[in-house]
Amino acid sequence: MAMAAAEIEQLIRAAIPDARVEIFDLAGDGDHYEARVVAESFRGMPRVKQHQRVYQALGGRMGNELHALKLSTGVPE
Amino acid sequence: MSDVRQRIDEIVHKHDIVLFMKGTALFPQCGFSSRAVAILDHLGVPFETVDVLQDPEIRQGIKEYSDWPTIPQLYVKGEFIGGSDIMMEMFEAGELQQLFAEKQIAGA
Repeated sequence: MAMAAAEIEQLIRAAIPDARVEIFDLAGDGDHYEARVVAESFRGMPRVKQHQRVYQALGGRMGNELHALKLSTGVPE
Repeated sequence: MSDVRQRIDEIVHKHDIVLFMKGTALFPQCGFSSRAVAILDHLGVPFETVDVLQDPEIRQGIKEYSDWPTIPQLYVKGEFIGGSDIMMEMFEAGELQQLFAEKQIAGA
């Protein structure tokens, strides 16, 4: 089952309120996305923790409804 | 510690570099796993792979062990490093090479 881009963005923003989220539908099939998440609250956090925060925001959907999400994270310049 | 946690613990401490993946290094069964193998091959470091498709217990267990929902997963000297996106970001930034150097894992 696929997920809508807006739903992904909403879940991330709900869990990480200061996040700037960009979602790209890579294949146009609602199943292969790229997400870029930039948040001040990520500052000082190792990259693996930043990704874990995003996965937690998606609450178990990653690897299930959401098969492919290419993720990149960072802090505001 | 449950049996599967114990098994994973032993695997990640037994080898310097372990990649939990779908398929094998020669025949990866998923694009993300394939990309992870390509990075390690490119760096010429020796690595052990675990095919989670052959072991449902590990496939589920590793997600809990690492608190990470997807495969592949890279471990270096018992430490969880990340999945294929992190590996690619680190590789492009030269951080993966640096990590292996720090952990005294020699490339070919």
